Amino acid sequence: MAHLTDTLLLLVLLTNFADLAASRLTFNIRAAAAQGILLGLLPLAIHQPWSGHSLGIAIGTVAVKGVLLPSFLMWAMREATVRREVEPSLGPLSSITAGVFAVGLAQALSTYLPQISANVPQLLVATSFATLMIGFIVLTTRRKAMSQVVGYLLLENGVYVFGLALSARVPLLVEMGVLLDLVVGVFIMGLVVFHMNRELESLDSARLTELRD
Amino acid sequence: MSALLSLAVLLVFAPLLPGVAAKTVASLTGRRGAPILQLYRDLGRLVRKGLVYSTVTTWLFRAAPAVWMLSAVAAACLVPLDGRSGLVRFPGDLFLFAGFLALGRYFLTLSALDTGSSFEGMGASRDLMIGSFAEPVLFMAFLTLSLATGGLSLSELFGPAIGEAWMHVGASVAMVGLSLALLLLAEAARGPIDDPATHLELTMIHEVMILDHSGPDLALLLYGSAFRFALFAALLVDLAWPRTGLSDFAAAAGLAVGLVVVAVCVGLVESSMARLRMVRIPQYLFSAGVLAALGALLMIR
Amino acid sequence: MNLLALILVPLGGALAAALDPLRARRQVWLVLGAGAHLILLSLAWSGHLSGSRLLWLSFDPLGGLVLTLVSVVFFAVAIYSVGYFRREAPRGARVFEVCLLGFLASASVVCLTDDFGVMWVAMEATTLATAPLIYDPHDRRSIEAVWKYLLLCSVGIALALLGTFMLAMAQGVSVAAPSLSRSALLHAPVLHAVWFKAAFVFLFVGYGTKVGLVPMHTWLPDAHGEAPSPISALLSGALLNCAFLAILRVVQVAHACGQDRLLAPVLVGFGLASMLVAAALLLRQRNYKRMLAYSSVEHMGILAVGCGLGQAATFGALLHMLGSSLCKASLFFVAGNVLIEYRSKRIDDVSGLVRRLPVSGTLLVLGFLALSGAPPFAPFLSELAILRGAVQTGQPWVAAAFVVLQIIAFIALATRIVAMAQGGPETVKRRNEPAWLLLPPAGLLVLVLALGVYLAAPLQQVLAAAAATLGGSAP
Repeated sequence: MAHLTDTLLLLVLLTNFADLAASRLTFNIRAAAAQGILLGLLPLAIHQPWSGHSLGIAIGTVAVKGVLLPSFLMWAMREATVRREVEPSLGPLSSITAGVFAVGLAQALSTYLPQISANVPQLLVATSFATLMIGFIVLTTRRKAMSQVVGYLLLENGVYVFGLALSARVPLLVEMGVLLDLVVGVFIMGLVVFHMNRELESLDSARLTELRD
Repeated sequence: MSALLSLAVLLVFAPLLPGVAAKTVASLTGRRGAPILQLYRDLGRLVRKGLVYSTVTTWLFRAAPAVWMLSAVAAACLVPLDGRSGLVRFPGDLFLFAGFLALGRYFLTLSALDTGSSFEGMGASRDLMIGSFAEPVLFMAFLTLSLATGGLSLSELFGPAIGEAWMHVGASVAMVGLSLALLLLAEAARGPIDDPATHLELTMIHEVMILDHSGPDLALLLYGSAFRFALFAALLVDLAWPRTGLSDFAAAAGLAVGLVVVAVCVGLVESSMARLRMVRIPQYLFSAGVLAALGALLMIR
Repeated sequence: MNLLALILVPLGGALAAALDPLRARRQVWLVLGAGAHLILLSLAWSGHLSGSRLLWLSFDPLGGLVLTLVSVVFFAVAIYSVGYFRREAPRGARVFEVCLLGFLASASVVCLTDDFGVMWVAMEATTLATAPLIYDPHDRRSIEAVWKYLLLCSVGIALALLGTFMLAMAQGVSVAAPSLSRSALLHAPVLHAVWFKAAFVFLFVGYGTKVGLVPMHTWLPDAHGEAPSPISALLSGALLNCAFLAILRVVQVAHACGQDRLLAPVLVGFGLASMLVAAALLLRQRNYKRMLAYSSVEHMGILAVGCGLGQAATFGALLHMLGSSLCKASLFFVAGNVLIEYRSKRIDDVSGLVRRLPVSGTLLVLGFLALSGAPPFAPFLSELAILRGAVQTGQPWVAAAFVVLQIIAFIALATRIVAMAQGGPETVKRRNEPAWLLLPPAGLLVLVLALGVYLAAPLQQVLAAAAATLGGSAP
């Protein structure tokens, strides 16, 4: 099933670039949702004999990352009546270029780290690092608080992809705990964004500059 | 022999493709649309008409249609249309390929400027903008394929080595395919780049440049555009379907089938997307280039 | 009785508080929960609580030490918040008590668990539990503080998760089922060097963000400065130590497989950098809560330096963790008293504290002296041990830098604290100070004094045992 894994990983990379190039917030969130669904399918492609464990993880991930969190973010966005543009400090062309550099760097790093096991494609480690870095780029170059949350989601997705490389799985408790943390984390972030909008009448985090030395 | 056969298929089937794409769009939008063979009829009608030249135009205006069509056919001679080898091949012929296409575009733009009309001038500047972004994308795609197949001739890049490349670096080849598909829409002046069904000159890019041509000149221009569409479609077919084990006739027939499939896909894309704003076209082409670059990056070991 | 009780009791208290509409009763749940936790902890020390397979809980010297510290600080915070919120009602209603007890439960998991994965989940839980607490004032500044806190700490923790996965990878292809259990890692035959280095980098940067090491500290002054005072005390006194424990767990693993030569320069480097930046920024402070927050950054830097130096310095660092956290919590309580009275966080607006609030003023000055390492308080002993460790391991320049930076920080703090304590008009009415607000800071300072004057033998043994697992030794 190496081809399926490679295809899925490639699609994950493409959703990253879709996120970087997007100029509308809804598109950002949809790209993150698509990535979540792909991530849910990945463990099914990698660990071939499907056990109850991997099916549970897959369903949970698709439900949380693909459906629950994006819908919550869309709801928060509508309630906060945000202006739909992303307002990045780095334009789409520069973001995409930065993304390409990130992929190159990730590929170089993944060749430096020794490969761990046979059924873990090298593309996996590269995709994981690339998603991590692109999430970081989105986090730091977007001024809207909601886009920063999407960047955080991408970052977590990158770490999750890396976790898939562990051939013997991380115990179910830890996986569920990670998902739960993500849900609660994004939930709280969404609520803060809500309050932010009420307090400041905008979601432009460039306005959050009162506390400084 | 098979190369000639495939070239003949391309020459004959080229005017079919715009008709197929238009028919797809029409049926998806709930209309009957024009007949598939309409372009053949148009070409026949135009050839029988007389020529009208504006008094302010020069030899550029008269030469452009022929150059447009001949450059496209010359470029096609370099491409391995049957999946094995082009009519002419030598290392580095991919630069000549790009050069032929650029020659055609250059002459067409000059003829548009030659008319002294502001509409054509606007079209010329838009087309040059697209061209200046599209060429690097083409070279990026060639670079990735060259890394994947290890050759410098188009016949090696798109030839039998593609089958092996799919096995080993399938991800990268897929990326190049995606990139070339995006490029096809730009070079063939279709899809979200340049809506062929529009009648508003201010929204046109390619068609507004040929407004002043008439009769056989216009026939050459229309045929040349359709041929360019078919050429890039043939590149995609080569990439997706390495027809190495087939007989000559089967390879040529496969090319014909592939061309029609690509035209249908183009129709699908055209019917589902509105035309892109001018500002977004460089971003679109840049993304296409990035896809090809990603393909190259993924091959780093 | 099981170690799980240490987690279930605070959770039960949180549930009770969540269901209770009366604020007074909720405060009872809070104090009861804190008290019960302390009692259970003493049972754990005497060995009456058995380990648990759920969440892989076990009681070891290092974890027990940090948990005791957290519990003591939490108890003080609970008592202080009763008094504090009689003057300033929490805007968040039930959220306050529920999140506090939730924090205690997650912190207990962090300190007790054997598994790096569970520890990660609990660390993130502590971040999430404290975020609503920081936002309590519900104003523009606290929104900014909580946003930076949430985002930076969550990003850091995500990187720590990556490091955790890499730690599992470091066990190599030969292991059939790579495990995240610390005991398994401690006894692993050999760890793949490249993967372990990568794991360490990510774990250090990730958890270091939560500890507040420079340059990942930018959230700390805002969060600790804008939160209500009992929460600031909790954050500085308890949360930072939990995060530091996470780093110490990695150091334990490194020491067990002989990789600690690569860690030492990193720890010392980041520690000294933290001390430097904190000292420099302390000189510019005009807000006394932010001043205390930067002081926390500095002391976390001291801890990192101590653990990086090894030998006697590790013992000193652990003792310093105890001493400085208790002092810092006490100082934040006093800052809360000052805020209630003067209604301003600016140092310029506060003067004549010793006359207006005599007890608080005295506690402020004593606490500052204790924190800066004046004998006979505990931080004096711990900093001495760290300096001795620096000389022992042949790095006297580290000791020199340490002393210089400490002096700079001392000067910065001294000028401000003296400005706050002295001055003001001659005739000033002495204000009433309720016991709720005075007992916690006074109690904590007495503890620090006791630790400095007489380091009880059992405590010394525990400190030495914990230091040994980190590659240190008793002084």
